[in-house]
Amino acid sequence: MIEAKHLQKVYKVGELDLTVIKDLSLEIKQGEFISIIGPSGSGKSTLLNMLGCLDTPTSGELQIDSNQINSLNKTKLAQFRGDNIGFIFQSFNLIPVLSVYENIEYPLIMIQNLSDKERRKRVLKLLKEVEMLDQKDKTPDKISGGQMQRVAIARALVTNPKIVFADEPTANLDSKTAHKIIELMKKIQKEHGTTFVFATHDEKIVANVDRLITLIDGEIVEDKRTHDE
Amino acid sequence: MNNIFKISYRNLKRNNRRTLLTTSLITLGVVFVLVYTALAGSFKNYMISQITDTAMGHLQIHKKGYVASVENLPLDKNLNEKAIKFIEEQLQESKYVESYSFRIKFGAMFSNFAETTNIRLNAIAPKSEFTVLPSLKDRFQDFTRFEKGSIIVPEILAKGMKVKKDDTVVLVANNKSGSVNGINLKVAGIVETISGPGGRDGYIHIEDAKKILRIKDVEVSEIVVRLKDNSMLEKAMTELSPITQKLNKKGKPAFELHSWKKLSPFYNIVKMLDVMNMAIKVILISIVLISILNVMIMSVYERVKEIGTIAAMGTPPSTIIKLFLAEGLMLGILGAILGSAVSFGIIQMIDLMEITYSFGRESDLLLEPILQLKDVVLIDIIVILISLIASISPAIKASRLDPVEALRTN
Repeated sequence: MIEAKHLQKVYKVGELDLTVIKDLSLEIKQGEFISIIGPSGSGKSTLLNMLGCLDTPTSGELQIDSNQINSLNKTKLAQFRGDNIGFIFQSFNLIPVLSVYENIEYPLIMIQNLSDKERRKRVLKLLKEVEMLDQKDKTPDKISGGQMQRVAIARALVTNPKIVFADEPTANLDSKTAHKIIELMKKIQKEHGTTFVFATHDEKIVANVDRLITLIDGEIVEDKRTHDE
Repeated sequence: MNNIFKISYRNLKRNNRRTLLTTSLITLGVVFVLVYTALAGSFKNYMISQITDTAMGHLQIHKKGYVASVENLPLDKNLNEKAIKFIEEQLQESKYVESYSFRIKFGAMFSNFAETTNIRLNAIAPKSEFTVLPSLKDRFQDFTRFEKGSIIVPEILAKGMKVKKDDTVVLVANNKSGSVNGINLKVAGIVETISGPGGRDGYIHIEDAKKILRIKDVEVSEIVVRLKDNSMLEKAMTELSPITQKLNKKGKPAFELHSWKKLSPFYNIVKMLDVMNMAIKVILISIVLISILNVMIMSVYERVKEIGTIAAMGTPPSTIIKLFLAEGLMLGILGAILGSAVSFGIIQMIDLMEITYSFGRESDLLLEPILQLKDVVLIDIIVILISLIASISPAIKASRLDPVEALRTN
């Protein structure tokens, strides 16, 4: 599904070249529940951004579902992300002026341009799945952090993406809520076959993933399966 | 598109105070321009109607060289029968000309039998003159009928010479060949002075002028023309160009055709009003441009993370541009609508208050501002267009934000 070959990311800091990702190759299959771990500055977020087509590698090749990502321009990349990738952010990043329902509906209007009927069907289904149906008319400032992350998950899934990237999705949540969120994502992965890739420090996520990739100084030092397939 | 406007509307509502301030500023600018345009328009219309409806008409036709020496009121530059016939043919064929009249202009000595002074006179055929200058009669005071043997005396001269209605006065004038002739006339009224050329002239019947000047043939100093529509002035001038193209025996132009704009120095005031109007519009454009630009730039900076989020989700750059353009556009539309409504209210109020003003020697002139639909539409279009233009740069900036950088912003 995702095939990264010899990825390298170099940032220019003043006159210095800072290599954040070093000749990294990786393969991710459909339906995997993966966590990328590593200390701060190890390159987790940078790798996640490149795999999520938000950032481009300095060198190397990235292929997602037979699509050569390196050759896509900004507009095509946006289109590709809209059709294939979902994002869950640490601080939820919901649009404050839209209600819970409208936040989930947003990608279907602005990106996929679906009919009213189809949009309604998908949004209501997900609202039910993330147990937010009774909160659908509230704006993000009227719901809790855990509820916001549920909405963010529903928003990430509403376009039926093949992969969801989540950068520290539980970092702003209390332990109990974080646990519920992980359970929810695990359930969705099982039911929909969606691939989840996390960049996290959270032990609770690490304990639940199928595969654990450890990154240090931009290099994969360990790539192991934590559960039997 | 509806959804883009819906989201943009919500974004405007998230900072109500700023939206209100920006809209107020645009509204104020629109009110300023529209009220000024209506007031200046009222004064301009008054000036133009004073010039065209009571003294000059829309066009005047003379023998070539007459206007250059109009101060001397030359009698040797009158139009003869053949010339008049040619000009009349052109005027009758024109689709823009409503009516025309003939005048003999001359200078004379005016005496009340006790004192004598100079007077400038327009000798007119009353019926045709009143058709060409429909408001001329309004300038005549104590006036009942204008017939042969009567004179309408200029207000200043009447006061100075203590002449009143029904008095008998004497006019003495030199004719073209230099011989002097006099005639007794009865004062039929006093003509109010107005600003501009011919504003202090007296009026007599054209037949009396022929008598005193011993003109036997058909001869006039000028032909005054009224058009069906003053706004068609330039087109009428073009249509009547055969008059100016007519050559005399020496192969030079025989006649001259002038519009009131050329003949009246007050056209410069009209032009000045137009320039000021334009300057006010430029100020409005600047107000709208700066306020929208400012608010949209702030909006982009405040929402960098949000823009990063929607970009990460896959919102195309063109949609991000549309979102911000819609915000600017809505601010402009709101300001334009509110401004037009408030202006309409203010102008109605001024009309109800019946404010009067003075201009030159004229007083108690009623201020009658009229808000024309075309002015409202023009100003609203300018405001909306400028709002859109001012939003382009911030919108493009938003669409070009790097999602990774934008998401890192707090």
